[in-house]
Order: sequence, then C-alpha cells, then structure tokens
Amino acid sequence: MSTSPSRPHRVALFVTCLVDLFRPSVGFAAIKLLEDAGCTVEVPPLQVCCGQPAYNSGDRQTTKAIATQVIDAFEGYEAVVAPSGSCGGMLSHHYPGLFDDDPAMKLRAENLAGRSYELMAFLVDVLGVEKVAARYDGTVTYHDSCSGLRELGVKAQPRRLLGSVEGLRISEMKTPEVCCGFGGTFCVKYPEISNAMVGEKSADIAATGAGTLLAGDLGCLMNMAGKLQREGSTVQVRHVAEVLADMGSIAPIGEPDAVKR
Amino acid sequence: MESTAHDFKSNVDSALANPNLQDSLAMLKVGFSERRRLAAERLPEFEVLRDRARDIKNHALANLDFYLEEFERKVIGLGGHVHWAPTAADARRIITDLCKSVGARTVAKSKSMVAEEIALNEHLEKAGIAPIETDLGEYIIQLRNEPPSHIIAPAVHLTKDQVADTFLEHHGPLGFTKRLTERNDLVAEARYVLRQKFLDADVGLTGANFLVAETGSSMLVTNEGNADLSNTLPKMHIVLATIEKVIPTLEDAAVLLRVLARSATGQESSAYTTLNTGPKRDGDLDGPSAYHVVILDNGRSSVLGTEMQEILRCIRCGACMNHCPVYGAIGGHAYGWVYPGPIGAVLTPQLIGVEEAGNLPNASTFCGRCESVCPVRIPLPKLMRHWREREFERHLTPKAVRQGLALWSFFARRPKLYRRLTGLANRVLSLFGRAQGRYDALPLAGGWTRFRDFPAPQAGGTFHAQWARHGGTRTRP
Repeated sequence: MSTSPSRPHRVALFVTCLVDLFRPSVGFAAIKLLEDAGCTVEVPPLQVCCGQPAYNSGDRQTTKAIATQVIDAFEGYEAVVAPSGSCGGMLSHHYPGLFDDDPAMKLRAENLAGRSYELMAFLVDVLGVEKVAARYDGTVTYHDSCSGLRELGVKAQPRRLLGSVEGLRISEMKTPEVCCGFGGTFCVKYPEISNAMVGEKSADIAATGAGTLLAGDLGCLMNMAGKLQREGSTVQVRHVAEVLADMGSIAPIGEPDAVKR
Repeated sequence: MESTAHDFKSNVDSALANPNLQDSLAMLKVGFSERRRLAAERLPEFEVLRDRARDIKNHALANLDFYLEEFERKVIGLGGHVHWAPTAADARRIITDLCKSVGARTVAKSKSMVAEEIALNEHLEKAGIAPIETDLGEYIIQLRNEPPSHIIAPAVHLTKDQVADTFLEHHGPLGFTKRLTERNDLVAEARYVLRQKFLDADVGLTGANFLVAETGSSMLVTNEGNADLSNTLPKMHIVLATIEKVIPTLEDAAVLLRVLARSATGQESSAYTTLNTGPKRDGDLDGPSAYHVVILDNGRSSVLGTEMQEILRCIRCGACMNHCPVYGAIGGHAYGWVYPGPIGAVLTPQLIGVEEAGNLPNASTFCGRCESVCPVRIPLPKLMRHWREREFERHLTPKAVRQGLALWSFFARRPKLYRRLTGLANRVLSLFGRAQGRYDALPLAGGWTRFRDFPAPQAGGTFHAQWARHGGTRTRP
C-alpha cells in the first residue's frame, strides 16, 4: 500500500453513536484500514455523539455542551476520523459556527475542524491510499450519503478504493446522489415522506441488479436496509469500510449471523 | 391565499395518495434536474457566475434603500409612478384603486408569485374586476380554481389528461367541443381563447424578475410572450414587485439572467426577456399610456440585518424545489401556501408566521441539494435550521420531540452513564433480534417500523465495550 510521507500518524477514531450501538464491525474495519495505512489508532473513551440530534432539532445549548465534550475528548490528536460523512461534517463544518459568541471555544472548535475527516476522504486524500487488500465477489452499488457528498466532497474516493477490491464490480444507480430519506430524526418525524423517498431509492437500487448496497454512513444504510428487507429484497447492505477492510463475510445489516454470502 | 401550512401532515398524506400528482412529480424530478445539469456543464464559467450573482444581490441588499430610491427617481423621470406598499393590504388597495381609476373591468395578468402572496385575484373579483391569467399554467389553475404548486411551473402537479378535461369543461361553452389530447393542440386552443382577452383588457398587470435602479426598468422573463401582451396592449401597465427585486445596473441584470434560466429550466435564456422602461413615449407605436410600479415590503425589511437575510437573494428560479427530494415526494400544494419547496420552508414562516408554518423548515433531511444548485448560493439548510432554533427557543417544537431530546441529552452529556445505557440497549436489542437479524415492530419506534424493518445490533456488545474488553486493541469480530 502506498502512502504519502507527511501524513498524520496518531489518529483518533470518532466511532459515531450508531456504529457503537448497532454495528461495531464498522469501527473495527475503520481501525484496520487506518492501521494498514500506517496510522496508530486510538479511541478516546469520553466520546458519545457529535450532537446532530440536538443541532438539527434547534437545541443550540445542548449542541454546544456536546460539542465542547467532543472538543475536549479529541484534544491533541493529529487527526480525528469518523466512518461517517454526516458526523465528520458536523465536526469539520458545523462546530466552529456554534461558538461565534465565545472566541476561545471558537478557536478550539476551528482547530478540531481543521483536523477532522471522513474515513474515505482521509484514506485517499490525506494518506494517499490507492488500493486495499480485500476480496468481495459480486456486484455492488454505492449510495452517496448527502453530508459526505455535498459538505465534504466524498464521491470518487470510495469508488477508487472499491475498484481495487478483487472480485468486485460496481453498478451505479441512476441517482446515487439523491437523499435516501433518513435525515436523522426526520425519518421518524415525517415517516410518510421518508418512506416515499427510501422507496424510490430502493427501486433505483433494484434496477442496478447489484447484490450488495454500500455507503459510508450507517444511518442511511440502516434506513435503506430496513426498507429493502421490508420489501423482501435480497440485496445485502454493508458499510463500505467493511468491504474495504476485507470483512465482507460478516452478516449484512439486518441479517442474522448465520447467513453468509 | 388561505394557508393550510398548519395542516402540513394531512396535506402530505393526500399528496402521497394522489396518483395524478405522483405521475407528474415523477416527470418533474428527472426533467428539470437533468436539464439544469446539462446547461451548467455547457457553460464553463457557470460556477463563477453563481458567485457573482450572489455578490450582486448581497451588494443590492446592503444598499437597498439607496437603490430603491434611485429606481423610484428614474421611474418618475420617465413619466411613471412608484407606489410603496408596506403590507399586502396596502398593495391590494393601491392596485384596486388604480384599476378603478381607469374604469377597468378586466385585468390581463402575467404570472406573478407576489400577486399570489397578496391574494390579489380574490380581491379584484370582490371589487368587480375580472383578473385573467395569461400564463398557460396560471390560466389552467385559474380555470380549476387551484393555487400554483410550483413557482415557475404553476400547473406542474397536473397531467395532460387533467388539462384536457379542464379545457373541455371550460372551453366547451365557447364552442370548443372536442377533447384534445395533443400538447400542441391544447396550447393552441388556450392561445386562441386568451387572445381576445388580451385585446379586451383595460389593465395589464405583471410581476418583475428584476427592477433595474440605473434605468428605472422592470425586467421580466417568460417563455410564452404573454407578459409582453399584458404590458403593451392595455392602456395601463401595473408592475407588482417586492423590495428585494431591485439591482443596481443592467450589467448586473445580464449576470443574473445568465444563471436564472439555466437554473430554472436549463435554457440558456428564456424565450422572452422584456424591459419595461416607463410609459409609452411620444412617437412610440404602442405601449401603455400609464405605467405604475407597486413595490411591496410585506415583512421583508424586517429580515434585513438578521441571520435570515440571505433568503432575500432569491431570484425565484425554482431550482431548489426541482432538486428537493421532499418536494419531489409531496409536490407544492402540501406546503400549504404560495412558496413551496426549500425556499418556501424558509420564506413562509417569515411571511405568515412560524406558528402557522412551523412544520415546513422541519420537513427536510438537510440533504443540501437545494443549496448545491441555488444560483445565488442561499444556504437553505442553514436557514431552515435557524427556524428550528427559533421554534425551540419559543417552545414551539412538539412536546414529544422536546422530551425525547431532553432524555437523550441527559445521557449524551454523561459519557459513563451513556455507556451503561447503550450497553443495556445493545444487549436487549441484540438478544431479541439476533435470530432474525432485525425487527419488524419495535415499541416506541413505530415511525420507523411502520415502513421499514429495524436492524438488530451485532452480537458481542457495543464497540466501546468490545474495545475496552480487549484493552484498547483491535480485534477482528
């Protein structure tokens, strides 16, 4: 694996609350990818959530309290990496704006923002990773999660790395960039709209003929997996990091452990 | 128009259950965004033009009083009149009085969202003056007595078959008794019926895409040429525009026009771009003898200098709704008032109150597609979030959401307690769900499981529990 010489070395993993609770394998996959690229990975113990549930519900005070907690927990690391564009974008694009009335905290928030990354972008754009050692036999389709795509420019990086996975072929959706309808609390506050959106997404996924759906955000993946399974689809849903870390044989999202591909 | 924004959720249910609407939306979603993409790709400087368009509008807004007064001075110099309308009621009264002053019985209207905003048609009808919509889409919905569902394609919610039925019903008595099925035939019939109405109209009323301070011109773009008939044939031309429409120079208008049509319909330019600069002069062959510009505020000036000011950059291209997956699912009527889609989600609470329209800024996934195509780079998700903050501050956020948030926040701010809670949740959800891998129903998660299965957590505990168990080193599950 080729890497650039001036890359950060001591990396903190921002696990994300969904990975922590529902799919730890995504965290372990992220750690493997980072270690394979030459990083030492640490997991700061006092991390919880990036604060988006409060932020997107308009509760600024709680958001600031949680952001302060995250800023404290991730002090001193050369880079902070999240296996999620949504949480990564929260740290790198939204934290500084929370502290416009507090110059000292704003400075710290900007400092964290400057060293926070989404996993795929960090691997490819910062570490210069060009290929991975993994095998996954089958056709996959890749959904571009909104925050990663539009806030952080994550689009080519995962596809580039997937291109190096042995046995894997990508079949693109017609509209991989259209939102899946998850939107955090949106999906339970407006379930009918969310369902219409994810219904369109699942039709787009089905039309690709791919046997596997990948994306870089667990929230979107759980939403799409849940819809596909409700519709009786056999498409397997996984986080892109799992496939890149050669962990493509563990049970897909929402499937029992016994089912192997 | 009467708002139904407070009924957003039931509006959504009806929209999702309306097969004609869903057919129309399926076409819209593909068509507009693809055409806009191609138009943007064909123009190498498109992104730079978006920056310039944003800067022009920012400059105009920062000097709004100056440019509005300059515009007024120019219009008066040309022999026209400017009327300042602080409120919708003022604008309605001014326009009605102007129409009465020339004994008008009919008013030929070209499409104006501001006229919708002030419910002008209802008001004119009450005063015994018949408003005739001359934009094809507006004409169709006027016949059907419906509000527009899109700011540039007001009848986009209708299928061709529905239009055919509407025309047969309303044109039949005029002698058009054949039900038409071809698009061109429908357009031709509408043209024929409307032509005489143009000739009969006493007053022409148009909106304006821009008011040019430098020349005192109002500028209007259409694809049907109806505005040109509305403003040249009748003896009086009334322009109805809002304060944020003013821009400094014709040079600026050229930049804005280049991003407007491309963003709206993917055209390089709309078919007709018309500048109205004062009334008919001596020696002019045609044109109105009286020229009035009604400039409406209706709450906009209170946005100046606030965190919402950027919304006033909007040039009403409709790209945000064309690209919005929520609009694409529910259409424009569900939003319940004049302006639908992301722009409506920000503007409507401002214009009619957040108590009435509180759902609109919440019904977004913040996917950001609107902002990514906005020709003047309005950060729409950010502005929607500001509304959510104001709602939260004013305790307008639904009780269930507030309580859930308070509970979550209690734990999220106490990492050790949070670990114990997630550890428990992980064990319970995993214990009962692992065999199937997922839940098809789950207490307190009905919003999710009504439509989707809910994945069970992986076995073996939370990430943090596993990480701690192995002394902070990686293990392959």
